[in-house]
Amino acid sequence: MTLLTTELPKPEPHRAVLLWRRFARNRAALLGLVIFVVVLIMAATAGLIEPTDPLRRAGVPLTKPFVDWATPLGTDQLGRDILASLFYGARISLLVGVLATLLSIGIGVVIGAVSGYFGGWIDDVLMRTTEAFQTIPNFVLLLALVAILGSSIEYITVAIAIVSWTAPARMVRAEFMSLRGREFVDAARNLGVSNTAIIFREILPNALPPIVVYASVIMALSILLESALAFLGLGDPNHASWGNMIGQGRAVLRSDWYCAAIPGTAIILTVLSFSLLGEGLNDALNPRQKK
Amino acid sequence: MNGNTPVLEIKGLRIALPKGADRPYALDGLDLTVNPGEIVCLVGESGSGKSLTAGAIMRLLPEPHVHVADGAIRFEGEDLLALSEARMKAIRGDRIAQIFQEPMTALNPQKSVGWQLDEVLRLHTELGKSDRKARVIEMLERVKIPDPASAYNAYPHQISGGQRQRVMIAMALSLSPRLIIADEPTTALDVTTQLEILRLIRELQEQDGAGVLFITHDFGVVAEIADKVAVLCKGELVEQGPAQQILNRPQHSYTQALIAAIPALTPPAPRDFTGAPVVLEAKGLVKTFAARGGMFSGKRKAVKAVSDLSFVLRRGETLGVVGESGSGKTTVSRIVTRLLESDTGSVTVEGTDLLACSPRELRRMRQYIQMVFQDPMASLNPRKRVEALIAQGPIVHGVDPKEARERARKLLELVELSPAAASRFPHEFSGGQRQRIGIARALAMEPRVIVADEPVSALDVSVQAQVLKLLGDLRDRLDLSLLFVTHDLRVAAQLCDRLIVMQKGEIVETGVTAEIFADPQHPYTRKLLDSIPGRGWTPPVIRPDAA
Amino acid sequence: MTLHLPPILTYALRRLVQAVPVIVLIMIGTFLLLKLAPGDTVDALVGDMGGADAAYIARLRTEYGLDQPVWVQLWLYMVKLVQFDFGWSFVYEESVATILLERLGTTLMLMATSLSIAFTVGCFLGAFAARRAYSLTDNVISTVGLVFYATPSFFLSLMMILLFSVQLGWLPVGGIKTVAGFYTGWDHVVDVARHLIMPTAALSLIYLSFYLRLMRASVLEVADLDFVRTARAKGAGETRLMVHHIMRNALLPVITLLGMQFSTVLGGSVVVETIFSLPGLGQLAYQSVIQRDMNMLMGIIFLCAIIVVVVNFLTDLLYARLDSRIELA
Repeated sequence: MTLLTTELPKPEPHRAVLLWRRFARNRAALLGLVIFVVVLIMAATAGLIEPTDPLRRAGVPLTKPFVDWATPLGTDQLGRDILASLFYGARISLLVGVLATLLSIGIGVVIGAVSGYFGGWIDDVLMRTTEAFQTIPNFVLLLALVAILGSSIEYITVAIAIVSWTAPARMVRAEFMSLRGREFVDAARNLGVSNTAIIFREILPNALPPIVVYASVIMALSILLESALAFLGLGDPNHASWGNMIGQGRAVLRSDWYCAAIPGTAIILTVLSFSLLGEGLNDALNPRQKK
Repeated sequence: MNGNTPVLEIKGLRIALPKGADRPYALDGLDLTVNPGEIVCLVGESGSGKSLTAGAIMRLLPEPHVHVADGAIRFEGEDLLALSEARMKAIRGDRIAQIFQEPMTALNPQKSVGWQLDEVLRLHTELGKSDRKARVIEMLERVKIPDPASAYNAYPHQISGGQRQRVMIAMALSLSPRLIIADEPTTALDVTTQLEILRLIRELQEQDGAGVLFITHDFGVVAEIADKVAVLCKGELVEQGPAQQILNRPQHSYTQALIAAIPALTPPAPRDFTGAPVVLEAKGLVKTFAARGGMFSGKRKAVKAVSDLSFVLRRGETLGVVGESGSGKTTVSRIVTRLLESDTGSVTVEGTDLLACSPRELRRMRQYIQMVFQDPMASLNPRKRVEALIAQGPIVHGVDPKEARERARKLLELVELSPAAASRFPHEFSGGQRQRIGIARALAMEPRVIVADEPVSALDVSVQAQVLKLLGDLRDRLDLSLLFVTHDLRVAAQLCDRLIVMQKGEIVETGVTAEIFADPQHPYTRKLLDSIPGRGWTPPVIRPDAA
Repeated sequence: MTLHLPPILTYALRRLVQAVPVIVLIMIGTFLLLKLAPGDTVDALVGDMGGADAAYIARLRTEYGLDQPVWVQLWLYMVKLVQFDFGWSFVYEESVATILLERLGTTLMLMATSLSIAFTVGCFLGAFAARRAYSLTDNVISTVGLVFYATPSFFLSLMMILLFSVQLGWLPVGGIKTVAGFYTGWDHVVDVARHLIMPTAALSLIYLSFYLRLMRASVLEVADLDFVRTARAKGAGETRLMVHHIMRNALLPVITLLGMQFSTVLGGSVVVETIFSLPGLGQLAYQSVIQRDMNMLMGIIFLCAIIVVVVNFLTDLLYARLDSRIELA
């Protein structure tokens, strides 16, 4: 019997193949992916299949769903087409969600990475600041920012990012603190690699999986925050938004509850899809957590 | 009932693994008998299925993924596999007890030591509160915990690793079980503590006449404690018999290979380095940590990890730094490579004091002194391909990337790996292969000095021997100097020309390895040498054609 | 001479000292927001009076310190905040602090009840699901949890109103008590409670899902640890394992969330209070935005921050008491 151990095992399939296999094993995550793709198509085709302007009158006010094929999902009290609003709303929700998530994860990664890697007084200053932001109730701060900056879609996106970067920052910091002590970081330092390269080339790729998973949480929260603003009538009045549709539907809740229920269901499904996607990504990217 | 009935009798035990594992059965057809008053060692390397045997006896396998597929386990004549869960619960902790490997994690961090010992009595006896407390204190005394009354109220994190393992033993033995399963109980401990714990287990087991199933990977420990030995290889029993027979006249080629891989306690013949140039000189190194100390006080105090350390390393020489945990040996390796800032002192390499370098100079100087780390998995960035890992250093120091990658492939050959390894990720290799990659990465910088911090302690014995041999060969071929940090005197004896013996941050003895082994001067060195498991046993020299 | 305090007190004092920079940062933050907002106190005052001449406006500016350098203004602002002087609300014609105090009770009551329900029920269900991981029960609990997690609080509130008020007529649509009901004593308590059922339920259901998910993950993680295996080897049964070994350890990260989540829940009360017309801080925050009452809005932010700091401080103490690994000294 030979004990020599220099023979190599069979090569593994490509990373992407492995990731997909692990992701697809989670059936709920696949469902999430399907819903997400549907919402994505809605956002992409708004205005193509549905030529109507969502903010103009398209039919008799308060037409019930499945009655008139010009407005398949009915109309609201101003006669606006609910299906068209739904498509345009998907565009706004995804746009705000994606941009706010990118922005807040970006801020979070930079602050968390610097804080966790260097430690010491830099960490103290950054973490106290993070704590201060976290201490102010996020929705109240969001209201204040919108009150000051204004309700245009750009400012809303920035404001959502400003109130959501703290959690990713803390998470990235924790990741960096634990990875900083790992031997491969020492090994890189020992080769003479600079701090910047260690942060971005050595540690960050390893900290990425939990960040990607967390991005799905931020995405869900951003969509919820935007819809809450729009519901309260503080959203961008120039764009159709699911939250705003529900806010309008509240007035006719007693008689025509579908005006609120349809966009409400859309929000639930979209947010749900991100949660499911997040769980699937977690399965795919952190395979150590076994079932 | 004790008469001739074995305490434990395993017949044809088969443990099935889930689909997609590297083999269908973790354990395939194990036969094993443990008699009262007998210590049976189950020996095997990692992945041999030895720990699952313990799980099967206790009926605590992670079912249904891993389950007993076939066979019988009889405990004092009773078929354990046929018992109800309620009966099994009554047996666990009472008549069969288990001691685990990691004393750090095997105790509940949120409950006091006393509470956790008390729980065994509460579960299996009708004793009143004060009687139970008296019994617990008595058990703590039996396992020789210094201050049983304060230990009773202490939390696990407040006592040392050795003490925790004593607590685990007290817990296992408090009801005088008939069978004790000890799963690598001393692997996580220092040698001197290991010897004490082994003696304690032997002593208490003799008092109670229990049978012990002792699971280990270490033949030294086997030589120290075993009456009978069973050797496992990838789930199959390859050989079993009385300890003397297996240790001195192994029959199976696998056992022979395992035993041949154990480093002998005979240091290399002294080589003369007086004429060789000094490549590294350390002077007056001091490092103090602010840390918590004190067994039960929890007060902060400064701990001297290294105090006033000086040494020289000459070209082609290997200097061993040996000591137990807390001796400061790892701190030395990190100060010398400046991964940790020293309080005072100097480390001179190539005429430059490394400790006084600016960050920029330091990055340039790093090419002269490279490091091989303890954990080959943790020290290789899991997101980088092997080629990139090895070429990274030279690229940082200005070598053309293409050339650096070409050199990386050559280095793979030097460490006896196929060039096909270049395009793979670290997790696709075995532990020994990863350590070879780590060595190649260090060599890529063409250093003068390699600092190796416990480079083989995470590896199986058979792999250990190969990696040690590779390091020795490369040292001689490339005229390298090695600073070799280890806790394992057997490993040190294999490779080191000179030794520094450290205790609590200070050098207690230094000299030529062969001389220290033959005639240790300091009492601590003597204690360390005496604690080497199996020091009285000289592994037989097995001729390759014997099988 | 050194002072000898019990360890828990020294720990508490140390945590309080750590909170000071956070509060100072929040003061600076609200000051900056006020500066960013269009118009200042004097503009508001003048607007309130229906206009004034330039000389008078200049005099007012001096009086309010608005002609001073920014850092002096910041200092004056902070001194006022420390004295709980949040300025004047031109909408309510009353000091901000007075209005805030009036509104505080409702919000605190809503928070306390919703959070206790969400925490206890969430932890219980999470632990329950974890013990039956990947079974049908677990799948049902986890899925329902996920759906509530994805539901916007305002939509949940509306659907509850539709079902319980409009369709079934069981519960009042909004308000804190029946208008012109003039209930007293026990009847008053019942009346308020009936008004609080739906807002409390809406908030609890949504935040419950946070605790449920975290507790489930935490229990699963702890159940895999070595000391649980030790306890099993001792002969401990599943109930004993859960109660004495797993729960205590699994609760720790959830308690951390309890502290961190408090500010989020406080934010969530804005929407719920607005929908159910509850006279609390949340509704006040919304109205201040609509009425552009910046002093009031900043007052709310600062007060909320103080509440969150206090709650975090209390959860930290609780955590320190529960985790024996934390050395209090």
